[in-house]
Amino acid sequence: MNGTRALALHLGVLALLLALHFLAPSYHHTNIARIMVLAIYAMGYNIAFGYTGLLSLGHALLFGAGLYGAGLLVYHADAHATLALIAGVLAGGALAFAVGLLALRTAGVAFMIVTLMFAQAGYLTILYFGSYTRGDEGIVIPRAARMLGSLDLSDDGTRYLVALTLFAIALLCNLALVRSPFGRVMVAMRENEERSRMLGYNPFTVKLAALTVSGLYSGLSGAAYGLMFGYVGAGLASVQYSILPMLYVLLGGAGTVLGPFLGALLMFYLIDYASSVTDAHQFVTGAALVLLVLFAPKGILGTIRARAGARGAEWLP
Amino acid sequence: MEFGPFLLLALMEGLVTAAVLALTASGLSLVFGIMRVVNVAHGAFFMLGAVLAWFTAQWVPGPPAVAFAVALIVCPLIVGAIAALADTAILKRLNYEPEATIVATIGLLYILEQAALSLFGPDARPVPAPFNIRLQLPWFGYSGYKLAVVAAAIIVLLGVWLILKHTRAGLVMRATQIDRDTARAFGINVDRVYAGVFAMGAGLAAIAAVLIVPIQQAHYLMGGDPLLLSFIVVIIGGLGSLRGTLVAALLIGLSDGVISTFFAPTLAKIIATLVVALVLVFRPQGLFGTRTT
Amino acid sequence: MAAVILLQAHGLTRHFDGLKAVDGVDFVLKEGEIHALIGPNGAGKTTFVSLLSGRIPAQSGTIHLKGRDITKLPAHKRVKAGIAYTFQITQVYAALTVFDNVALAVQSRGAHPIRAAAMAALERVGLETRAGQIAGTLSYGHQRVLEIAMGLALKPTLLILDEPTQGLAQGEIATFKEIVRAVVPETTVLLIEHNMDVVMDLATRITVLNFGTILATGTPEEIRANRAVQAAYLGEPC
Repeated sequence: MNGTRALALHLGVLALLLALHFLAPSYHHTNIARIMVLAIYAMGYNIAFGYTGLLSLGHALLFGAGLYGAGLLVYHADAHATLALIAGVLAGGALAFAVGLLALRTAGVAFMIVTLMFAQAGYLTILYFGSYTRGDEGIVIPRAARMLGSLDLSDDGTRYLVALTLFAIALLCNLALVRSPFGRVMVAMRENEERSRMLGYNPFTVKLAALTVSGLYSGLSGAAYGLMFGYVGAGLASVQYSILPMLYVLLGGAGTVLGPFLGALLMFYLIDYASSVTDAHQFVTGAALVLLVLFAPKGILGTIRARAGARGAEWLP
Repeated sequence: MEFGPFLLLALMEGLVTAAVLALTASGLSLVFGIMRVVNVAHGAFFMLGAVLAWFTAQWVPGPPAVAFAVALIVCPLIVGAIAALADTAILKRLNYEPEATIVATIGLLYILEQAALSLFGPDARPVPAPFNIRLQLPWFGYSGYKLAVVAAAIIVLLGVWLILKHTRAGLVMRATQIDRDTARAFGINVDRVYAGVFAMGAGLAAIAAVLIVPIQQAHYLMGGDPLLLSFIVVIIGGLGSLRGTLVAALLIGLSDGVISTFFAPTLAKIIATLVVALVLVFRPQGLFGTRTT
Repeated sequence: MAAVILLQAHGLTRHFDGLKAVDGVDFVLKEGEIHALIGPNGAGKTTFVSLLSGRIPAQSGTIHLKGRDITKLPAHKRVKAGIAYTFQITQVYAALTVFDNVALAVQSRGAHPIRAAAMAALERVGLETRAGQIAGTLSYGHQRVLEIAMGLALKPTLLILDEPTQGLAQGEIATFKEIVRAVVPETTVLLIEHNMDVVMDLATRITVLNFGTILATGTPEEIRANRAVQAAYLGEPC
């Protein structure tokens, strides 16, 4: 059955990542932990953009909500990291819901600009309350505050395994979501909103739900990022961090479950490599965006799925 | 200083901001109005104009006024040419599909900023003003150059208006705006019109940048604020309406001058961005536009 | 025939920039009938059914479904209330499988299990062997049938079909007529149709619309005999 094949593929990827924990050299070990956390963010972005057709330019607001929701709690209120992580997830979801209530009255280009403006306002708010957030300079979270129960997140090995656990949960939930009846409705909304309305679905409700789930993912990623790597700064909530998940998703394949991870992995190493040979790594980002929309708008996995469409890989969720 | 003169100073500063903003935003508005393209790289074109003005000042010998005059003509032309190239090589191939176009112009923004960083460097660099006249008012002295910027902006905008309303090129642009396919059927080379409009929009941003750079210094990241402010102006003025854009530029420019004199600029920006978002949600035709159903 | 009234429109009006697309229409639909809506191009037929289905809001007038006022109800809630609409221009989800297309309709009404209900809906129109196919790769005729299957899968009390036979081959039209006959009387059918053979063959009642107003309503025989209708419509080839 297609379902089992897809599940096997995703479990295989997770097993491979677990194997890398024992095999990868220290430098890549840290990189992959970071990529897995960012891939959760990209998965969240993909749920809104890839599956529901909501092209947002303001997801940094939701990532930032998780980042600061968790970071400020442990830094100023000495909260437990576990509690902070949960708070971060909820902050992302709640903010996505609130933004969605307003932004989803618009569509297309207007939606992009509205989300961009909200994110910009959020970024500026972080700067404005610099006495708490320390603005661009950011907060360094002390080692003692980064304890997830008995797990020390500043330890490389623990951090990798925690990242993998969160990534695995996010990935499998993502898989379950897109294979669920609601996942089908999300795709229907992307494909033809008017048709879906005439099948009895309220476009606003469906999109709001999808955006909120997307916010929960983004919040989780932001909170985990801050707690694991011990840094919370305004730069991580800037417009670049709205573009980043879009880039990952476009590269890996919008509307595919593994696309965000694949895109994050490739883009991370591409920029990493570019930075080592030249200081023009921004050029790589820009060129990647242009080339992708021009020549491969479906991304890697999307193209594979379309090419093999008639028989072979159409089961790729 | 007393309140009255202080306010006058704030208003004069605001007028300069408004003039430059009106130029920049009208470029963005023109491109959106005729091509329905939201150009996120608009701020990068602005920055490019300023950076090129610095290069011109380095290369052209003689008094600053000569270099400045050269920059005022050459920089918009170069920036316009780059824009036309980007239009033909990228946007046209995307068939101006709105979402893909925005993503592509974001990419373009990164590429142009990187190019400026690599060729121009990370430092802010000053460009000398063409002249230094100080106007002595009873309460304070004021830069004559700043007032010249306002005058120049008015002249350029008047020129744009004349081109749009009273030339064949303007007629062709308006025809293309109304119906691309019909325009094509009437033998208008739509591809060339689009490339021209995109170049003109970028050129306007470049002119604004050349005018402002003696006041503000050139820097590879200087495009962010003009981009954001232009968006605000174009949206509040009503997307694609040139007249609305000008009114909004005046309003925002003046209030920006006044507000940032009296309040924290960050707070002013937060309020402005939220206002823009809410205008788009509740009054997509802009504050000054009329709703067409 | 003292049938129960399913849907009643009163004074229904919609103008577009001065064009009176639908102008003060009173209309009654009886439970279990096959009601055809005919009229020249531009008579306001599609606008009228769009008002009934809620795709376009009415400017004035009221709509009652089984006595309940649904005038202000948004389209998606009218679907839940039992009004299904199939599009004039085929609007299946071209990128999804045939199964997913129907499943979307089935799960909208909360049927369970979805797979069985969707397959049953496909069997009803003879598309069950193509369940796994991408809908966009179906032939035009099959896409039209799929569109109807999606409408039927909603198990509506009222099924509105907007020019369902347009572009269908003779054999496909015959199949279509069988499908429609099989759904009444549980489902009431309102169809816009240009093919007079289909109308006369299927309809129990006919309403003729012209310039946004009703010209006549009656049985096929009455409409055939109506001189005003003959003058306005039937006499002209369309």
